[in-house]
Amino acid sequence: MSATETEAPPSPFARLRPLAGGALLSSLAAIVLALLIGAILIVAWGANPLEAYIALFDGAFGSWNSLAETLLRAIPLTFTGLAIAIAFRGGAFNLGAEGQLFLGATAAAFVGLALPDMPPFVVIPTMILTAALVGAFWSLVAGVLKMRFGANELITTIMLNYIAILFVSFLLRGPLQEAAGYLPQTERLASNARFPTLIEGTRLHFGFLLAILAVVVCHFALWHTTWGFKLRVVGLNARAAFNSGYKVTAITISAFLVSGALAGLAGYMEVVGVQRRMIENLSPGFGYTGIIVALLGRTNPIGVLAAAILFAALQVGGTTMQTASGVPSTLTAIIQGLVVLFVIGRGAFDFLAKRSRAD
Amino acid sequence: MSGVTVRFGTFTANDAVDFAVARGQIHALLGENGAGKTTLMRVVAGLLIPQEGIIAIDGEPVKFTSPIDAAAKGVGMVHQHFMLIPTLTVAQNVSIGIGKAGRFFPDLRKVARDIEEIGDRYGLKVDPNARVGDLSVASQQRVEIVKALYRGARILVLDEPTAVLAPQEVEGFFRVLRMLAEAGTAIIFISHKLNEVMSLSHQVSVLRQGKLVASMPTQQTSPKELARLMIGDDLVLPTVEAEQPAGQPILVASNVTYRDDRGVDRLRHVSVSAHAGEIVGIAGVDGNGQQELAEIFAGLLVPTSGSVSLRQGDRMADVSRAGPGPRIDLGLSHIPEDRQRTALVDLSIADNAVLEQVARQPFSSNGILSRSAIRTFSEELISDNDVRCTGPDQSILTLSGGNQQKVVLGRALSRDPSVVIAVQPTRGLDIGATAFVHEQLLAQRSRGAAIVLVSTELDEILALSDRIVVMFAGTIVGEISRRDVTLDRLGAMMTGQAA
Amino acid sequence: MNVLDFLTDPITAGFLQATTRLAIPIMLAALGGMFAERAGVLNIGLEGMMLLGAFVGFSAAFMSGNLWFGVAAGMLSGALLGLVVAFYTVRLSSNQVVVGIAINLMMVGATSYGFRAVFGTGTSSPRIQPFPPIEIPALGQIPVLGPLLFQQGILVYLTLAIVAVTTIVLSRMSVGIAITAVGEHPEAAETLGISVSRTRTWCLVVSGLLAGLGGAFLSLSATGLFLDNMTAGRGYIALAILLLGRRHPWGILLAAVLFGGADAFQLRGQNAGTGIPYQFLVMLPYLLTIVVLIGFAGKVRDPAALGQPFRRNKVE
Repeated sequence: MSATETEAPPSPFARLRPLAGGALLSSLAAIVLALLIGAILIVAWGANPLEAYIALFDGAFGSWNSLAETLLRAIPLTFTGLAIAIAFRGGAFNLGAEGQLFLGATAAAFVGLALPDMPPFVVIPTMILTAALVGAFWSLVAGVLKMRFGANELITTIMLNYIAILFVSFLLRGPLQEAAGYLPQTERLASNARFPTLIEGTRLHFGFLLAILAVVVCHFALWHTTWGFKLRVVGLNARAAFNSGYKVTAITISAFLVSGALAGLAGYMEVVGVQRRMIENLSPGFGYTGIIVALLGRTNPIGVLAAAILFAALQVGGTTMQTASGVPSTLTAIIQGLVVLFVIGRGAFDFLAKRSRAD
Repeated sequence: MSGVTVRFGTFTANDAVDFAVARGQIHALLGENGAGKTTLMRVVAGLLIPQEGIIAIDGEPVKFTSPIDAAAKGVGMVHQHFMLIPTLTVAQNVSIGIGKAGRFFPDLRKVARDIEEIGDRYGLKVDPNARVGDLSVASQQRVEIVKALYRGARILVLDEPTAVLAPQEVEGFFRVLRMLAEAGTAIIFISHKLNEVMSLSHQVSVLRQGKLVASMPTQQTSPKELARLMIGDDLVLPTVEAEQPAGQPILVASNVTYRDDRGVDRLRHVSVSAHAGEIVGIAGVDGNGQQELAEIFAGLLVPTSGSVSLRQGDRMADVSRAGPGPRIDLGLSHIPEDRQRTALVDLSIADNAVLEQVARQPFSSNGILSRSAIRTFSEELISDNDVRCTGPDQSILTLSGGNQQKVVLGRALSRDPSVVIAVQPTRGLDIGATAFVHEQLLAQRSRGAAIVLVSTELDEILALSDRIVVMFAGTIVGEISRRDVTLDRLGAMMTGQAA
Repeated sequence: MNVLDFLTDPITAGFLQATTRLAIPIMLAALGGMFAERAGVLNIGLEGMMLLGAFVGFSAAFMSGNLWFGVAAGMLSGALLGLVVAFYTVRLSSNQVVVGIAINLMMVGATSYGFRAVFGTGTSSPRIQPFPPIEIPALGQIPVLGPLLFQQGILVYLTLAIVAVTTIVLSRMSVGIAITAVGEHPEAAETLGISVSRTRTWCLVVSGLLAGLGGAFLSLSATGLFLDNMTAGRGYIALAILLLGRRHPWGILLAAVLFGGADAFQLRGQNAGTGIPYQFLVMLPYLLTIVVLIGFAGKVRDPAALGQPFRRNKVE
């Protein structure tokens, strides 16, 4: 973590205190509360919550392999979480990371398959660039719809998700389908397009380091660059930003672009690091989980990384829990949602306390 | 009705205040901005619940926990910002929320008849079926009073009612109030305008810094005494000194017309210029286009036709369609009316201090922020402008309005602007902060900046302006130099009668 | 083929019947959204409310064997979620968009978990007999209008009644005026004795009731089964519909029928073997939503206080 320390603003205490005290504590409280309610649901299912949670924890962190699986799952969540956090900081609700992810992944796979004989140092950067550009493009559509026509990006991004996923489905069942032609997926990528693994015998790949790098870069960009400053000002008060001479439209559009690029990279990571090809069910909702990752991480890049690992652990452990105790792994989706509701509702405790005093 | 007593001790917005009004009496409540007049009246109207204190009506103690409680006991309040729903009709606004016109299906025709009846009795003419949003400000005020009377108000609280009226409209309005008082209504009239208080009220109470400092029959006092009670020691506000010759034009608007989203012409063929070393006061009753003109100067609005130009070296550059960015580069500073909405961002004082200049040296180089330069600059700004705070890292929104305004002002003036657009720069500020703002504007004038001062406070306009431009209904009705100004002439122009 | 033959043709009749069937759920959700928005609350959670309504409605009907019990349960579950949204947005003044998104995401997981909890993880999906269409004598034989309006399940007639009642409530009744006041100028409403928080809370409850009914319609009238995430973005489409309908009940009805028509058209296209890949046909309603937003966003006046939390007793 030395990287983040050196970049901390000049008054480290001013920023660390709320993070270490209030925010972190209330986030932890939210997680504990959500797990408690989850326990009630497990009982309702007819299983032992303690056993189920032990299985969940074991599945997420119990061995090198499970830890590697958790971190592997955290890669796309970090990217989508960053994507949504950056957009959010710029005042835009990008709910479209899912669609941007699918298009970025498909485009990257297409490029990778088109360059079977090139060396990795050509193929890998080309694929990364393609995924980022295509993701950014799809996000740009929503950005232009918002800035040019005033169309609410909450609705347009969701609609664009359906359109993108349907379009990818068409490609994978049509022009880009593997030659064998059974499954809706592309051919397998050649070895020149793949990432090296980080831990021998596991699936954790080089992309995890890129995710950490993305976190560092986003953190630096938000707090230490003029662009990040302007982005945050636009997100907080676009009118004041305009009055101060900022090019508000350009800055908002740049937020959409960066956001979409990050989402596209999430898709790329799944293609090269996990599936080794583009498949129709590439993402179990990484783009949507990224929203709650960003919210739990309070749209802070480092917080996003922590939240991504937490939700990855829940999802990976959830599968183990399902096998061990029969509790459906979709329980983890409820826990995730509850965590966010509790984080948003941390004011509730003040409210209830005030109320009981008043009565 | 024996009287209303309010006593409550909190963060001294109101400090143990006693206050009484009798039937048929017009009782003026006098005080500077921020003296606690509005707070006190919000208590009377049931909008605030006092921590301490008793309110009694007709000798009976009452406890208001909501405005409807207060209304049920006969208290009607006309707020400074009208509490009317612009998309509804007058009759709907008047009858809403109470069962008088029918519990579930209000009989709006009956309400309309009642409104007309009230109107005939007190000279309050309004069309019950008009949409409130389409009415003039003066008519909306009549709707507010009719609404209060329809709801059975016996105590009428009027918060700065003349602020939205032209001087000529005020007399008619006072006639209505006198008629109401003769009919037995108790009227509490909140104001900081001495002449109005003297001509209208029977009794006057003065509030200063949340405390009641005096209460007496109006006949036994004088404007001079009231002014001293209101302000405390005889603080003299700075006024514009000896005339100085105006320099070359810095900001010129010619033939500007602005049509808003609803297709209403807010400005029509407005031409005005500001020269180096002068303060141009733009006077007018609120809502006559001054706000739009200021926003067109600042680059927040684009004129529908006409042009705006700013001095760029030896020539004037057309900036009609340019946003605020290029204008800031040409030396324009804007102190907007609504600082929370237009000037400040929910960040630290330091970040707000450099908002307009963050991309420039030394605050940024090659796109990377220099935190230390930002900090040094903001510390200087804080000490130069006497901003009361814990340091540059304090969140700006936790500062008082006066201190926020000092940051906005300090930031705007730190760039040595060639032209300053100051809109209601002292609204909501206490007397000390007001004096500071005025001093700073005068200092900029001496330095040679052109200053456009938009204000609805005539005292402020008269104290500071070299030249006064009066706006009415989106046009400039006339221009008076400092020497030739009289209140009568100003008043006539503000109601649209050319000078 | 002359015009009358075309209009009474069984294929056309089927298309028109489908139009209404597909229009009703988004119509109900949009009506619910309308109540919330008129009172100043942006209810992004419509999607989650529909999904919960669909699941709870189906489960309750399946277990009790009574479709009406399912309808009631579905509506109540939506209303309950409306209370949750109200607690956050009205009591805690949380960001309305964030709360809505969180609710929607959670409901995807919750209904999926609940479904497995109630029906097990087996592969055969449980079915119920949905509400049958009731043809109204004589009226059902009118060309176009017959299949569109008078050969439908009972919930369709109920929905049409709701549209009519809603119109009266909003334009003639004092509650309707109060809702407008709260959405346009909450502080004024408060001075007039209208509780902003109570009004908004009730509007969100009604919002939940209607969205829940819309969801229950999907499972109990349109299909007779429940599928994971079966609302497929209809709650979001409803947000565009209510904009297109200018937050007016009859406007929403027309806008929803337009969308139902587009949806029915693409379904027909899939079955007719047009050669167009089905994915492009399925895209149609989503594309149409974007087109609507391009055409209407910014042109419909929003309630002045939309999206803004209201705090009482604030000292100016």
